[in-house]
Amino acid sequence: MTREDDKDMASEPTTTPAVIAENVGKVFPGKKGAQVTALEDIDLTVARGEFVSLIGPSGCGKSTLMRLIADLDQPTSGSLSVFGKSAKQARLDQEYGIAFQQAGLLPWRTVRRNIELPLELHKVGKAERAKRSKELLSLVGLTDFGDNFPDQLSGGMQQRVAIARSLAESPNLLLMDEPFGALDEMTREHMQGELAHICAETNAAVVFVTHSIPEAVFLSHRVVVLSPRPGRIRAIVDVGLGTSSERTDHLRESETFFAAVSEVREHLHGSPDAVPMGVDNR
Amino acid sequence: MTETATRQFDAVPATRAKGAAASKSGRAVAWRRWILGALGIVFVGVAWEVYKLVGPEKGFTVGELILLPRTNDLSMPHIATMFERLSEPLTGASNSIFMWQAVVEASEFSLYVAAVGWIIGVSVGLLLALVMQRFRTAQSAVLPWIILSQTVPLIAIAPLVRRWGAQIQFGDFVWENWMSVALIASYLAFFPVSIGALKGLNSPDTNHVELFRSFGVGWWKTLVKLRIPASVPYLMPALQLAAANAVIGTIVAEVSIGLKGGIGRMVIEFAGAAGGDPGKPWAPIFGAVAIGLIAAGVVAVLGLFVRRYRRGETNA
Ligand SMILES: Nc1ncnc2c1ncn2[C@@H]1O[C@H](COP(=O)(O)OP(=O)(O)OP(=O)(O)O)[C@@H](O)[C@H]1O
Ligand SMILES: [Mg+2]
Repeated sequence: MTREDDKDMASEPTTTPAVIAENVGKVFPGKKGAQVTALEDIDLTVARGEFVSLIGPSGCGKSTLMRLIADLDQPTSGSLSVFGKSAKQARLDQEYGIAFQQAGLLPWRTVRRNIELPLELHKVGKAERAKRSKELLSLVGLTDFGDNFPDQLSGGMQQRVAIARSLAESPNLLLMDEPFGALDEMTREHMQGELAHICAETNAAVVFVTHSIPEAVFLSHRVVVLSPRPGRIRAIVDVGLGTSSERTDHLRESETFFAAVSEVREHLHGSPDAVPMGVDNR
Repeated sequence: MTETATRQFDAVPATRAKGAAASKSGRAVAWRRWILGALGIVFVGVAWEVYKLVGPEKGFTVGELILLPRTNDLSMPHIATMFERLSEPLTGASNSIFMWQAVVEASEFSLYVAAVGWIIGVSVGLLLALVMQRFRTAQSAVLPWIILSQTVPLIAIAPLVRRWGAQIQFGDFVWENWMSVALIASYLAFFPVSIGALKGLNSPDTNHVELFRSFGVGWWKTLVKLRIPASVPYLMPALQLAAANAVIGTIVAEVSIGLKGGIGRMVIEFAGAAGGDPGKPWAPIFGAVAIGLIAAGVVAVLGLFVRRYRRGETNA
């Protein structure tokens, strides 16, 4: 993991937060002048190494916020900085790794070469690529499947490959948009445990979009609850379950866990005029 | 990465075995295709002979309209006659070459011209697709013309191309008639390639395109690592169509330009000779079929090299 250390020493001081959003708003131009305000007045700071979940009813702008951070779209108001840089610069500098709901693997590449893709695109040498993909394959438990093609893997395995790929360049920030959304409950809990481990090991900050309250609580240091359109931050819940390395399955039975789950749920159901939809209360 | 490294997931070890089984059954499928293909040819031959046997000698016509063809040896020679004729000398002269030799020579010539046309057509088609993919405006400006170009009948452009070609001359280079034929073949060949390649280049979904964007790479790398590989499943049938078009274009253009030496001209010349020699007109037709098969086969072989990029066709 020398790359990670280099990055830290070379650039900004380590106290710069991973993400700072100030008054960020996003308005989509709709048909016939009708505009959709997806986000409004988003103020959010994600510290280095911090795991922050975004939760809220469907269509409240979670994905949009993540896409703004990733510079896949631009805010219409406010300002956004990632490790002290503009979102665009951060993207170009590969400050973050991203994983979507669909694994999005290239079907013509083996698992190994899918994981190596970002490295290959950035002209990392062959030997180093092979070393890194080997590390990542074992990290996500797919050592024996490096030479398989994606269509030979189960959905959960594909998603793990996508996560490994997002980790390939040892980013200090991980953006994940419902990465476990398509998985069954068993695999999902398993993957959550794995992700907690990975975070503990890599010490990357994570912005994690989910529909599942328990998932958000289990993984996060803080859970950001968004209100329905226009998406605003309704509450930020400090979970206080300790560091990522302490998140093991028995936490799911603890008092603190349940307390945090009900707190998040209350905030979600908070305002009487809003019926939350698409929120998974499991 | 110590602890997680040892914690293996309860992965499905059956995956490999499944892959092997799939390729075995894949081979069986390939065999069956060959057998079915052969059966199809045999069936056509049998149908021909059976009809010849039981069909009405004079055919069946209503007024001018021919409903059933005549079955006499002139109109419908035995299949054996056609093949026999191939093994006989071309003419009555004592030093004449065999018919099959003449057909092979003509076929070689036409195949060569068609190949040149195919290569030009494929290059132009790919280039157009690239430009259209890169610039949205180019797509809306060029695409209608590409489609319109195919509505112009070949017979109309052949003499034009020939006349324009005759005016080209720089240095030692002289435009020859076969080049006109190749150009017309390419005119037919470029169309499926440009359409198929455009569709293929645009086939990656937003998910993948945005992934590449998140990697911070530009259009070129996205093209090379994402769009081109993703276009292979669309490109292969387009290349095959282009091959078929190039062959047809060559043969038709040979006829309408009057180029000697190829199969097209041979078809016309021999058709007149049917009188006392019913097997003769069929000889160049076999040649044309052979050219088509070779062209399709070459493209199919090309497809084998890029099989990896065609996984999506059967899976997912
Ligand atoms: N490209 C776009 N053009 C127009 N409107 C958009 C676009 N993308 C998103 N929106 C709108 O912005 C709002 C927020 O969308 P977003 O995808 O961020 O929601 P979400 O919180 O991720 O929902 P879900 O939980 O269902 O994924 C929605 O009302 C959507 O209609
Ligand atoms: Mg979303």
